[in-house]
Amino acid sequence: MSQWYMLTLVGKDQHGIVAKVTSALYKGGCNLGEASMLRLGGNFTIMLMVNYAGDNKQLYDLLKEVVLELNLHLHIDAIEGHLHQHRDPEVRITVHGADRAGIVAQVTSVLSEAGLNILDLESDVGGSVENPFYIMHIEGIATQGIALLSQALQQLLATQQPDLKVQLEPIETLVM
Amino acid sequence: MSLLEILTYPDPRLKTISAPVTEFDAKLQAFLTDLENTMRAGPGGVGIAAPQVGRFQRIVLLDVSSKPKIKHHGNLVLINPEITQWEGFEIGREGCMSVPDYTGNVIRAQYLHLMAQDQHGVQHEYDMEGFEARAIQHELDHLDGLLFIDRLVSRRHDLFRRKVYVSIQTQPHLSSEKAIDR
Repeated sequence: MSQWYMLTLVGKDQHGIVAKVTSALYKGGCNLGEASMLRLGGNFTIMLMVNYAGDNKQLYDLLKEVVLELNLHLHIDAIEGHLHQHRDPEVRITVHGADRAGIVAQVTSVLSEAGLNILDLESDVGGSVENPFYIMHIEGIATQGIALLSQALQQLLATQQPDLKVQLEPIETLVM
Repeated sequence: MSLLEILTYPDPRLKTISAPVTEFDAKLQAFLTDLENTMRAGPGGVGIAAPQVGRFQRIVLLDVSSKPKIKHHGNLVLINPEITQWEGFEIGREGCMSVPDYTGNVIRAQYLHLMAQDQHGVQHEYDMEGFEARAIQHELDHLDGLLFIDRLVSRRHDLFRRKVYVSIQTQPHLSSEKAIDR
């Protein structure tokens, strides 16, 4: 009986990590599901759904050699995962402004209260060391309607965040 | 009413290049009825191409009239369609009855000029834009054995701007109607 696991691998970015990790998994009899790999602050990061017939320890042993060779941190969780669970986002929100602490916390708190269920969030710091800016893209489902999200953001900007630039647009998926 | 079976990816038949229609007979009319019923039964129901149901002929049905406040030509039967002019480009999110459980961003022309025959073989010309233009480009791809997943733009880092976007600061009263209808 196979089981889904969530693998998290983090380490210094270097050439060939994905190829080596996935080859070890493939040779060990694993099947991959959804995955997200990102370079964050110069680090290699990946979260990977892996379907495997063995237990946590056996899965770790499959990757042990590669993980030691590449000096990666590996974390394994057995999960209640399923494929074919995609949900289409209804709204995209882009936020940017001079970088400072608290932008994500404040923006996502008001959005959460207004019914936003986040499906995807990516953020980055650009600019220079002296003048960094923060930029964030959120896609999600407006469980209480898009107008409420818009109002919540307007209120936040008017009262606490006048310098932030925020855009909100519906995502219309054309299914044919 | 009979519904036709939709081929779904990775069925290799979806890569077939469809042949032009030459006979505008009763068989064609019967097929068009079944094809329309199949389109309307689908999740989006704004368009369908004959190869999606395993009939490899250059036939497209289109009806984006359910989308509010857009320019369109209503319910269209487009046989042997050809785009003769394109203008502008726009990124939008697409899904497809032949590609269940997946949607993605695709670049399409914003405006186009289309020539096509109707169900009786009479030639017509259309100027299309926006959703209707996107839909016909998606359906025409089916006739050439292409799916939207052959044209995907990365979901991440898609720092694109639509033609019209809503800035929270400049839209003091974004009503729910405006927000949904765009």
